[in-house]
Amino acid sequence: MHITRLRLAEYRNHVSSDIHFSPGVTLFIGPNGQGKTNVVEAIHVLAFGSSHRTHQSAALINQHATTSVVAAELTHQDRTMTVDISLERNGSNRARANGHPIRVRDLPRYLHAVIFSPEDLRIIRDDPDERRGFIDDVISVLWPRLSAVISDYERVLKQRNSLLKSLRSVPRAQRDLSTLAIWDEKIVSLGTEILFARQAGISALHEPVVTAYRNIVGSEHPITLTMRSRVMENVHADASRDLIADKFTVAMIAALEDDLDRGMTSVGPHRDDVDFELNSLPVKGYASQGETWSYALALKLATAELFRHDALGDPIVILDDVFAELDVHRRHNLAASLSSFEQILVTAAVKDDIPPLDIRASFTVSRGIVEKAELT
Amino acid sequence: MYDGIVQELIDELGRLPGVGPKSAQRIAFHILQTESFDVSRLAQVLTDVREKVKFCEICGNVGEESRCGICRDARRDPSSICVVEEAKDVVAIERTREFRGLYHVLGGSISPMDGVGPDDLRIRQLLTRLSDGTVTEVIIATDPNMEGEATATYITRLLASIEVKVSRLAFGLPVGGDLEYADEVTLGRAFEGRRTV
Repeated sequence: MHITRLRLAEYRNHVSSDIHFSPGVTLFIGPNGQGKTNVVEAIHVLAFGSSHRTHQSAALINQHATTSVVAAELTHQDRTMTVDISLERNGSNRARANGHPIRVRDLPRYLHAVIFSPEDLRIIRDDPDERRGFIDDVISVLWPRLSAVISDYERVLKQRNSLLKSLRSVPRAQRDLSTLAIWDEKIVSLGTEILFARQAGISALHEPVVTAYRNIVGSEHPITLTMRSRVMENVHADASRDLIADKFTVAMIAALEDDLDRGMTSVGPHRDDVDFELNSLPVKGYASQGETWSYALALKLATAELFRHDALGDPIVILDDVFAELDVHRRHNLAASLSSFEQILVTAAVKDDIPPLDIRASFTVSRGIVEKAELT
Repeated sequence: MYDGIVQELIDELGRLPGVGPKSAQRIAFHILQTESFDVSRLAQVLTDVREKVKFCEICGNVGEESRCGICRDARRDPSSICVVEEAKDVVAIERTREFRGLYHVLGGSISPMDGVGPDDLRIRQLLTRLSDGTVTEVIIATDPNMEGEATATYITRLLASIEVKVSRLAFGLPVGGDLEYADEVTLGRAFEGRRTV
């Protein structure tokens, strides 16, 4: 799939931008702070319903406006379609596909994108919620039903935690745990779906990550990806849903007293993590800066490969300011690994950072204004 | 910001559910500028509605007497009760003309986040209605969201010890829609709720 046209209205510093694209590599050049990243961020918003840089959609709306609109026209083989999202300062965001209203969480059904950016290092270095977010984005694209399961799980979790907090103020002997049991069952049934999908997603990623890492660094390295979960302790990676649900129920019962004391749910996919290992050591804390970058790129490359086999064709590959962070060797290998993708959008402050690519179109971005540039 | 009372009107309208600041402004100026608009009539209705409307002592539905129109209607089938969250759900089901029994309005759904537990809903009143054996079927029609489902599960368990048939409204495909556009959750639920023909 590729984007043929992208329109931004009141999106960050773009008051009104209308960009026409073709397949292949498109370059956005301009000094920092002019709005290059905003263009590709908007595509991420259309693909995932949220930005890769912030979770607050208010930050995406031009400071002088109350509504921001991002709209894209897409082509896959002979089919064309449109998707758009309007971001509201007051009220909830709305999305449409071919002009028909859809849920924002259903956007990944229509537009697939993979973004490489300096923020990718956070997947490895930051807190577990970055890694959960990464794997949840992957499973939501592979199995679109999961985005609904995840949002239902988050809702039930909030309800259960509220109930635990209110039970704390009730004397132990007078506590009625009958409604808690109902939320517990929901946590287990929805949480099991998430755990099962994450496990399947991590298994599916493994081979592509190994291949991608080899392509980036040029040599073979042992790599493992493992889900770290209190529910899944001592559970084999290909466990059935029923087995996971049983283990989950046991873990919930074991944690009940603790949960009641603390007023929060201490087991479940919202507390889990993914361990990334390289050469039998955790990447976090052990790998060098260069290795960490290679690993992060390999994760994203693997994601792009996985998304590729879907009915929507190739995901749109976005390289946001990454080349400047990489040495010449990695730049070249990353570009080579991606060369077969249908559409690649690249942002850079200066052209010198970009490895040899078959650039089809080039734009300059200055103060939120996008202009077509001559290819040199 | 507008001067004094105009802004006050906009603020008051903006407090209503579903009315954002822009709509509030539009309604306010409609009230101010449209000559044919009868302000005193609206004011009268607003005052009357609070005074006259009562919640039915049996089912909790809204009406102008101590018992609502449906509970007073002798043609309704007293052996089945449909349990809903809000009075507006009664109106929605009545529009179908499919159900001839009586209703029970819970007044919401179990939602610890909003401080609503089973004791805050009209569940005890439901049990009282079931105690004399007239009712043989309870149809639970709470919303198809997490809170509605939790409420349905809670009531179902409570009724397990009582000799009464309990059912939950089916989840399924929207009529007039295309199968291929249904999301997996809806389609999956429709499969679970399939029936032999």
